[in-house]
Amino acid sequence: MDTETTQTAQQILSEPGAPVVMFDQVELAFDEKVVLKNISFTLISGHTKIILGASGSGKSTILKIITGLLRADKGVIWVNGQRVDQLTEAEMMAVRADLGMIFQEGALFDSLTVRENVGYKLYEESKMPIEEAHKRVEEVLGWVGLEDYIDRMPSELSGGQRRRVAIARAMAFKPRILLYDEATTGLDPITATTVDEEIIKLRDLEHVSSIVVTHQLRDAFYVATHMAERGADGKVAIVPATPEKEREAEFIMVREGLIVFEGDADALRASKDPYIVNFLD
Amino acid sequence: MLTLIENWLKGAALEVQEYVLMVRAAVIGVFTSPRYRYDIVEQFDVIGVGSLTVVLLTGFFTGAALALQSGLTLDQFGGRSVVGRLISASMIKELGPVLTALMLTGRVGSGIAAELGSMVVTDQIYALRALGTDPIRKLVVPRLLAGFLMAPVLTIISDFVGIVGGWIVAVFQLQIASGVYWSSVTQALYTQDVWMGLIKPFVLGFVIVTTACHVGLRTKGGTQGVGEATTVAVVTGSVAVIAVDFFVTKILIATMY
Repeated sequence: MDTETTQTAQQILSEPGAPVVMFDQVELAFDEKVVLKNISFTLISGHTKIILGASGSGKSTILKIITGLLRADKGVIWVNGQRVDQLTEAEMMAVRADLGMIFQEGALFDSLTVRENVGYKLYEESKMPIEEAHKRVEEVLGWVGLEDYIDRMPSELSGGQRRRVAIARAMAFKPRILLYDEATTGLDPITATTVDEEIIKLRDLEHVSSIVVTHQLRDAFYVATHMAERGADGKVAIVPATPEKEREAEFIMVREGLIVFEGDADALRASKDPYIVNFLD
Repeated sequence: MLTLIENWLKGAALEVQEYVLMVRAAVIGVFTSPRYRYDIVEQFDVIGVGSLTVVLLTGFFTGAALALQSGLTLDQFGGRSVVGRLISASMIKELGPVLTALMLTGRVGSGIAAELGSMVVTDQIYALRALGTDPIRKLVVPRLLAGFLMAPVLTIISDFVGIVGGWIVAVFQLQIASGVYWSSVTQALYTQDVWMGLIKPFVLGFVIVTTACHVGLRTKGGTQGVGEATTVAVVTGSVAVIAVDFFVTKILIATMY
């Protein structure tokens, strides 16, 4: 019975429009400081949720709660059909197998090479044959355009390269959900665009559902309003998104732990809320 | 004032609770899978082989200085020839284990706290967990095994070079015959003394590594926090070594002598 139920859940989750992440009235406080208040949203399979907000508004905390790195005080959280707010750390490991997270500044392991960083999960936490793991690492590094840096140490890379290696590390084990925590913060506009394009390519070509946390409006709108297409020659092009595609990217504005806006790019631009208007200016 | 004391007590209780939970998880990690063999071997090299020079130098000069000092004192009683007894008993029972442990606290404890602290403040610990790795198994267990098993090995080496240091001073400075020194070294030693010198470093190695891992994993506040964690690991570790040595000595004397 349990196996049947699991199979049904997996079938539902693999269908387009299935909810892959659900937050229902989630709350969190550290001592007296309230970090999240009554947060509810749903991420649909293959879609993008862009969480905007000022520094310290609680955006990154949402991602840490999804991955089980932090525990919510109240509320219900579903990830890939599993209620994760009640799972132990050991049980969370299975949920994390389908979750990739890109941390602020990359969080690369500075004692490991680029190859060892990208293939960390494959080498250390899976039974994948070593040759196959090497091949996958080279493949994902080729995807982010860093195959020539495979034997370098993280300290030898630029900020943008480190973020791209972090993306490669998160996608190496083919998760269906990717969480980006300020992936472009501190990068120059040109480098930030290359990171944005990786996010778009993963979403549109690999059908990865994503949650992008940022306070960089330029990057948020770039990801929401562009799409990746593979041409007849096999080359990937980043082009302006169709209206349908644009609607698959939904914005959430967080202010002092509270959601003050939820909607698409057009609705965000049209908002008359003084805080949002001020934020967008 | 009462709130301050209350907060301090709460903080102290929380630290003890977190330390006990970490140690419990690490001990479970020693006996259950998964184990990270490469990291275990690496830590044996870093903690064991890496500490060899400092332990050799400390042991040698401690033994040599002890011979000089005890030679002077024993001269007052005409007992210069028994200087070997004093050195072997002091080195094996007390100075070898404690000085090796203090050297390990300075070298290994600070290194562990700085390394784990840096990993905490740069989100590498979160990244490990997000990639499905238990940081206790990956980081604490290898260090715990290496500290627990290498501290006794280093202590034995320290004891030996200390006695050799004492021999050099005894022969060339105090003009004691080599044979007299070495027979004096063995005369004062009983089986219980050797056991005491061997049991202590296991406990001290365990205390040093677990304290440093706990402090490192609880680092807060960026690079400044890493600096503070390193200082706290060395200070707490050193005090813990001296205090634990006293209690272990008391227990061993009560049970073995």
